Amino acid sequence: MTQLPGLLDTEAIRKDFPVLDRLVHDDRKLVYLDNAATSQKPRQVLDALSEYYERYNANVHRGVHVLAEEATALYEGARDKVAAFINAPSRDEVIFTKNASESLNLVANMLGWADEPYRVDHETEIVITEMEHHSNIVPWQLLAQRTGAKLKWFGLTDDGRLDLSRIDEIITEKTKIVSFVLVSNILGTVNPVEAIVRRAQEVGALVCVDASQAAPHMPLDVQALQADFVAFTGHKMCGPTGIGVLWGRQELLEDLPPFLGGGEMIETVSMHSSTYAPAPHKFEAGTPPIAQAVGLGAAIDYLGSIGMDRILAHEHALTEYAVKRLAEVPDLRIIGPTTAEDRGAAISFTLGDIHPHDVGQVLDEQGIAVRVGHHCARPVCLRYGIPATTRASFYLYSTPAEIDALVEGLEHVRNFFG
Amino acid sequence: MKLDSMYQEVILDHYKNPHGRGLRDGDAEVHHVNPTCGDEITLRVKYDGTTISDVSYEGQGCSISQASASVLNELLVGKELAEAQKIQETFLELMQSKGKIEPDDAMEDVLEDAVAFAGVSKYPARVKCALLSWMAWKDATAQALDGADAERKTA
Repeated sequence: MTQLPGLLDTEAIRKDFPVLDRLVHDDRKLVYLDNAATSQKPRQVLDALSEYYERYNANVHRGVHVLAEEATALYEGARDKVAAFINAPSRDEVIFTKNASESLNLVANMLGWADEPYRVDHETEIVITEMEHHSNIVPWQLLAQRTGAKLKWFGLTDDGRLDLSRIDEIITEKTKIVSFVLVSNILGTVNPVEAIVRRAQEVGALVCVDASQAAPHMPLDVQALQADFVAFTGHKMCGPTGIGVLWGRQELLEDLPPFLGGGEMIETVSMHSSTYAPAPHKFEAGTPPIAQAVGLGAAIDYLGSIGMDRILAHEHALTEYAVKRLAEVPDLRIIGPTTAEDRGAAISFTLGDIHPHDVGQVLDEQGIAVRVGHHCARPVCLRYGIPATTRASFYLYSTPAEIDALVEGLEHVRNFFG
Repeated sequence: MKLDSMYQEVILDHYKNPHGRGLRDGDAEVHHVNPTCGDEITLRVKYDGTTISDVSYEGQGCSISQASASVLNELLVGKELAEAQKIQETFLELMQSKGKIEPDDAMEDVLEDAVAFAGVSKYPARVKCALLSWMAWKDATAQALDGADAERKTA
């Protein structure tokens, strides 16, 4: 077996993930390389979910009975865990949403309805990048269409990085918000946050960071990022689906208006008007995803027990190995950085003229799960003149043997369509 | 191997040597996409009265979507509209069967090469690929005939 420096004890870790033992297509060992789409869940998270429903289930912040109080303590305890996980200055800066898309839509809507100095209107500009997931493009397009604001973006270099050469022309005095991805879900690129934040701060623009592909894979420190908002989702980091996070700076959350109205987010309501609860509850209308928040808390405990820095080192070693092995496959072209430097563990590629859909199908027959398509980042495909890519993405339980299986599988694909 | 039920030889042949590919003169043009995977097709239909004189297309996509467009061209060009609609409906029925329809001789007579797609119907993610060009043809035909109706009315 290939041994690489920095690898985790995957044999032990994989025992925590029941689904990784599954055989598919009768007798094939599952090789799960679709972690950028969603991660698998460890037993510890599955147990936390069922334990919550079996022992505590109640609505939160509403009852005086014992279950309601315990459920509330678990839900708010999960908020504490998230706050610690991202080094938030205050737990009240952590808003639970249903996913990263909702988090980003929430920011866009806060700014659309805000008063000065945050308000996005027809005299102002929004800046994103060409490598965003659709969830960090479409909310801003909607905001621009509704307010008349101008939408601008950073283009990409040929080697899959942000082209910041015209940063002073793109981020200007008119810019109200700069929203960009920390780690690209399609290219794997890790973006230079500091350079963008520095320019945004010069012109007084807010900064929103989509950390969906970062939070699961590396230490995330919102204070070090110096952003104003950070969004991510639970299901990519061993948590359940249906739970996301928006972190926002406290003073902003105090000033900005709510988006969704309903129970939980109010202070008093009359038939004429309402006043609102303080953040984070101001932004959590209705019964929240309680069990899912508890599950996310368990996922954070799990990741913490291994250590985010060790997970980062593990994935870096795997990525180095993967780019080296993939380079051996004839006609394979990596879309994105071709080395492991400033790169996450999602690797997109094309294989000659064979369409990714066909690549994915033949790999699936061998038990290898990858993602094919445009990965909700169609502008990236357009930029590189390709219809789609095949993407292999790794996580803490991925092994060099699985990368070997992928490389062998691709050989089979080439023979099949050759 | 199960894969062979999807990637029948006849499908791979159409994929590697597509019939009638390329855009030519038409009465209507449509552009259809499959947003989940990025398959795209631009398709034109040309009618001579109610006879299909040409179906031309250009697109990008997987072997299934490309082969399906090629089969469509081979099957429909030269047919009367009513017969073509019957073929389209039969193909749709087969593709929506989730692998439960075993094509009989009557179906084979109607579908000819298109019967090879029966195996694809077992793969829900790929059914849309197989249907992309057929839905585009249906749409383009509706537009072409609407246009012809409108012309007759204004003439």
